[in-house]
Amino acid sequence: MVSGAAKFSIQGLSLHYGVLTALRDLNLEIAAHEIFTVIGPANSGKSSFLSALNRLADRIPNFRQNGRILLDGLDVRRDIEVEILRRRVGIVFALPLPLPISIRDNLTYGLRMQGVRDRQRLDAAVERSLREAFLWDEVKDRLRAPAMNLSGGQQQRLCLARILAGEPEVLMLDEPTSGLDPISTAKIEETLLELKARYTILLVTNNVAQAARVGDRTAFFLMGEMVEVDETKRIFTTPRDPRTSDYITGKFG
Amino acid sequence: MNPRTAQKIAFTLLFGATALVVLPVLVILGIIVAKGVSAISGEFLFSMPRAGMTAGGILPAILGTLYLVGGAVLFAVPLGVLAAVYLVEYARDTRLSRLIKLAIVNLAGVPSVVYGLFGLGIFVTFFGFGASILAGSLTLGIMILPVIITSTREALESVPRSFRVVSLSLGASRWQTIRHSVLPHALPGILTGTILGLGRAAGETAPILFTVAAFYLPRLPQSVFDQTMALPYHLYVISTQVPGIAENTRYGTALVLLALVLLLNLAAIVLRSRFRRKKKW
Repeated sequence: MVSGAAKFSIQGLSLHYGVLTALRDLNLEIAAHEIFTVIGPANSGKSSFLSALNRLADRIPNFRQNGRILLDGLDVRRDIEVEILRRRVGIVFALPLPLPISIRDNLTYGLRMQGVRDRQRLDAAVERSLREAFLWDEVKDRLRAPAMNLSGGQQQRLCLARILAGEPEVLMLDEPTSGLDPISTAKIEETLLELKARYTILLVTNNVAQAARVGDRTAFFLMGEMVEVDETKRIFTTPRDPRTSDYITGKFG
Repeated sequence: MNPRTAQKIAFTLLFGATALVVLPVLVILGIIVAKGVSAISGEFLFSMPRAGMTAGGILPAILGTLYLVGGAVLFAVPLGVLAAVYLVEYARDTRLSRLIKLAIVNLAGVPSVVYGLFGLGIFVTFFGFGASILAGSLTLGIMILPVIITSTREALESVPRSFRVVSLSLGASRWQTIRHSVLPHALPGILTGTILGLGRAAGETAPILFTVAAFYLPRLPQSVFDQTMALPYHLYVISTQVPGIAENTRYGTALVLLALVLLLNLAAIVLRSRFRRKKKW
């Protein structure tokens, strides 16, 4: 089972939008410093799951949650301020979404919102995060340039760096390479494997091979239910549920 | 019908309609410029009226209009922008909030003379400001509030949703998100709406008729509780109420008012196009 302390402990989690149920009775532990991948077809509840973890789902009218999500043993809805939660649990979205400001301002956004004004500290965060996302060499000479001028792959790595700048504990990535070319995808995957030592990583992907390449453990979601969770190797070699094997062998998707 | 013929008829109709719209504007502009330009001079723009408005300049009316417009903007822009931010960013989509939005849109269609009466009742009489720049500015401000709220709402709604989600996901509070990731990008639209409101405030006669406008006051106002002359009302007075005013004085006054309003609208257009070129999403 899970080795080490559980970062996230999800207990009886159900997510509803009005009468629609996006996720049903999920029980799951995510360990610190693992890459946990979630696979499954569209509308299986993967993204809803992530948006409950950092409470972005709260924005959606008629959103309801049953069950509990614990981060280091603290209930994310009760015991942690939402702004603090989102600093600790960062997310990269499917599309690269830089803000229409400079590269540097994108990277320092989170820290500035925390009230950090110290230039040296901001500069240090910019360089460290860009290096961690393997983007430093490409943009170090044009940190004042608009982030929108970067290529799609660079933009997505910038979004990753932007989260790393805030020194989160958990990185969530929601199909981060779905709009990228194979080379950019490979760079992101490489980065994730490097980052594993310092962060807990949750990767939602509709690319089964990607889960196999980078995951430590993998969960298969289908229509709001977690069908199976296991070590990634096991899921891809000896899945217990026939639906899992049908999905990973491409019989549906 | 032969599609080629249909095409020709359609084109003629469409072009004709457009020409019919543009023509009167050009004619009006032409007449005002032709008859009024001879009155424009340094003395006309920068001196007091003399001899029962038959001689001298229109400085108090020009300044009065600028004061009134300034006061209206000072009052209406902060209030309108804040209300729009609340409606777009905070208010839940309930029956009440939809009713409020509908009411604001409809306020834009209320005849300006009704605002004038409202201003008379509330500001002049009830609050006891008397006929004053304060009462007139507030009345004009209330009149342009719907314009400012509506254009600010549109500007806020045109800021991509993703900016808000990204900002929140980076740990910003809702207010920080609005302050740093929504308002800056909505600013051009807000500015445009403001200037359009300004233009409207500058040109209206009815709202200032009962609340501030002086018939003939050949001195400059000393405080916000003073009455003042204003261009639109002055134009009405010298055109219909006082005999023996030279024709070019009347048209010259109209020209000044028109130029003021057109200048404001032009500024709005230039601003909008400059920001649009800078827009990156």
